[in-house]
Amino acid sequence: MSLRIVVTVKYVPDATGDRHFADDLTVDRDDVDGLLSELDEYAVEQALQIAESSDDEVEVTVLTVGPEDAKDALRKALSMGADKAIHVEDDDLHGTDAIGTSLVLAKAIEKAGFDLVVSGMASTDGTAGIVPALVAERLGVAQVTLLSEVAVADGAVSGRRDGDAASERLSAALPAVVSVTDQSGEARYPSFKGIMAAKKKPVQAWDLSDLGIEAGEVGLEGAWTKVEAAAERPARTAGTIVKDEGEGGKQLAEFLAGQKFI
Amino acid sequence: MAEVLVYVDHVDGAVRKPTLELLTLARRLGDPVAVALGAGAGATAGVLAEHGAVKVLTDEAAEYADYLVVPKVEALQAAVAAVSPVAVLVPSSAEGKEVAARLALRITSGIITDAIDVEAGESGPVATQSVFAASFTTRSIVTTGVAVITVKPNSAPVEAAPAAGTVEALTVTFSAQATGTKVTGRTPRESTGRPELTEAAIVVSGGRGVNGAENFAVIEALADSLGAAVGASRAAVDAGWYPHSNQVGQTGKSVSPQLYIASGISGAIQHRAGMQTSKTIVAINKDAEAPIFDLVDYGVVGDLFDVVPALTAEVSTRKG
Ligand SMILES: Cc1cc2nc3c(=O)[nH]c(=O)nc-3n(C[C@H](O)[C@H](O)[C@H](O)COP(=O)(O)OP(=O)(O)OC[C@H]3O[C@@H](n4cnc5c(N)ncnc54)[C@H](O)[C@@H]3O)c2cc1C
Ligand SMILES: Cc1cc2nc3c(=O)[nH]c(=O)nc-3n(C[C@H](O)[C@H](O)[C@H](O)COP(=O)(O)OP(=O)(O)OC[C@H]3O[C@@H](n4cnc5c(N)ncnc54)[C@H](O)[C@@H]3O)c2cc1C
Repeated sequence: MSLRIVVTVKYVPDATGDRHFADDLTVDRDDVDGLLSELDEYAVEQALQIAESSDDEVEVTVLTVGPEDAKDALRKALSMGADKAIHVEDDDLHGTDAIGTSLVLAKAIEKAGFDLVVSGMASTDGTAGIVPALVAERLGVAQVTLLSEVAVADGAVSGRRDGDAASERLSAALPAVVSVTDQSGEARYPSFKGIMAAKKKPVQAWDLSDLGIEAGEVGLEGAWTKVEAAAERPARTAGTIVKDEGEGGKQLAEFLAGQKFI
Repeated sequence: MAEVLVYVDHVDGAVRKPTLELLTLARRLGDPVAVALGAGAGATAGVLAEHGAVKVLTDEAAEYADYLVVPKVEALQAAVAAVSPVAVLVPSSAEGKEVAARLALRITSGIITDAIDVEAGESGPVATQSVFAASFTTRSIVTTGVAVITVKPNSAPVEAAPAAGTVEALTVTFSAQATGTKVTGRTPRESTGRPELTEAAIVVSGGRGVNGAENFAVIEALADSLGAAVGASRAAVDAGWYPHSNQVGQTGKSVSPQLYIASGISGAIQHRAGMQTSKTIVAINKDAEAPIFDLVDYGVVGDLFDVVPALTAEVSTRKG
């Protein structure tokens, strides 16, 4: 038996940088450094743990859809320990929305071959948290998402999903799409050996034609949503700041009363 | 008038507040038709009617509880076919977003997530989103299909607007996909008696500065004096001082209360992502340089173990 795991990883603008929009209302990627979405590190980690705890032969492939620089995200994932990488890059992808992204990911996952897809709970830029569900819908396989704990055994995946009203135990037969939360376990740091080994690991490059996708199905033109305006939030007017010299609690109460909260 | 589908979030028939807010927004776009699923669905009709639902489509099949997400998608799909709505509004919970996304794909429609406002526009509903940790505000439309929009809690007022609320059974035939992911166990979250974090008008949060699980009693006492919900930073949650279900931030809950009080929280970008849209922000921190002070309407530089109990006492006196 063997198990093929595909981990979807997104290349995103650094959240601690000055993120903003370009003139065409897509994310400006030129002015801020990009990196592997931190929440996808948890996905890579869980895939590696599944591989390490399995008696079967397991292959972990990391997949990204993004511009040239997105290779950095793949390198990071490879240096953590993934076996190989796929980079889907095409100028026509610029401005793709979540529905379009899920199309490209699903086609690439099908082409790569898979038993299990592992994704992050959300990207750190779009933060929609819907791509894994969309990919499952497109692939026609089970969705086992938002897991804080995940295990694969006997051709099935199971895990714990902590929802608003309850904590649920889930289970589904493979093939399946899983997404994991940052409660699933800290991601490992790449070792020096891992970083060196990553340089030699294969990175396959595909474009839209390799996936049988027409340009008009993705990108700004193919998007089913449209951003009409983006405005920077006006800076907050400087608040009142007091130093507690014994009266801080009272002063705060005074403020809250003035605002009618008390 | 055009109809607008509203997905009902309820627990055994008790409708949660974000759904009532959606009914307010839905009325701007057309006549709200509510879809309530699972055990107790029928019991939701009264309150939905009081808040403007002209019709309530219900189905109490066991599949909604026994399998993940897809049965709900198929019910909404059946409702869309029955009603031909101009928009579908879904509360922006983690599950709500997944249900909405798969529905959108099935009915060939675009999806907008985490809207903080929805208005009628020339070419359909216009959704406002607050993005990049609330540093930008965008206005977006759905250009293909029916606008499927998920809306964050506290985005609209709850308004009474009595309507017929006629209850109709929704006929749903589940596909093989619907039973793909089995729910094999469920532990309901224990109620604390405090308001629901995402719905609360006031949230009092504690961070690493609280320095211990037992010390959270100080935060809870202030919350109780104000009738507030309790939140926590990830540092406090990771340390095991407070449950993850109370985490505020990027990977926790996103809150937008009238008042947010942060104590012993530095204000990292991931924490800000979950609270920056709060109307009034207050912080108590002993480090005058803490980034949280950049956001505040009122800040106290001081030890939270002095300031918070003093505030609690003052609130109790004023209220008493
Ligand atoms: C601020 C902002 C708001 C947006 N709002 C919307 C919106 O309302 N509707 C809409 O349709 N689009 C929206 N988009 C576009 C959307 O973010 C992108 O299409 C994106 O590629 C998919 O959505 P997400 O980043 O939110 O992913 P999420 O659904 O949050 O991502 C979950 C997981 O999916 C995987 N994944 C996502 N994208 C990729 C990728 N490119 N390559 C590999 N793996 C990936 C990762 O494993 C990730 O952890 C928005 C983008 C931004 C920047
Ligand atoms: C992928 C990812 C997702 C994340 N998601 C979240 C999230 O959802 N929510 C979240 O909160 N964080 C999240 N984080 C973590 C975030 O980056 C910060 O580490 C975290 O918010 C810090 O919590 P804190 O402010 O409580 O602790 P610290 O940053 O350690 O700050 C503690 C503060 O308490 C003050 N203090 C100490 N003692 C006292 C006292 N006696 N009185 C007054 N003040 C005192 C200190 O001056 C300091 O400012 C995430 C991180 C990552 C990488």
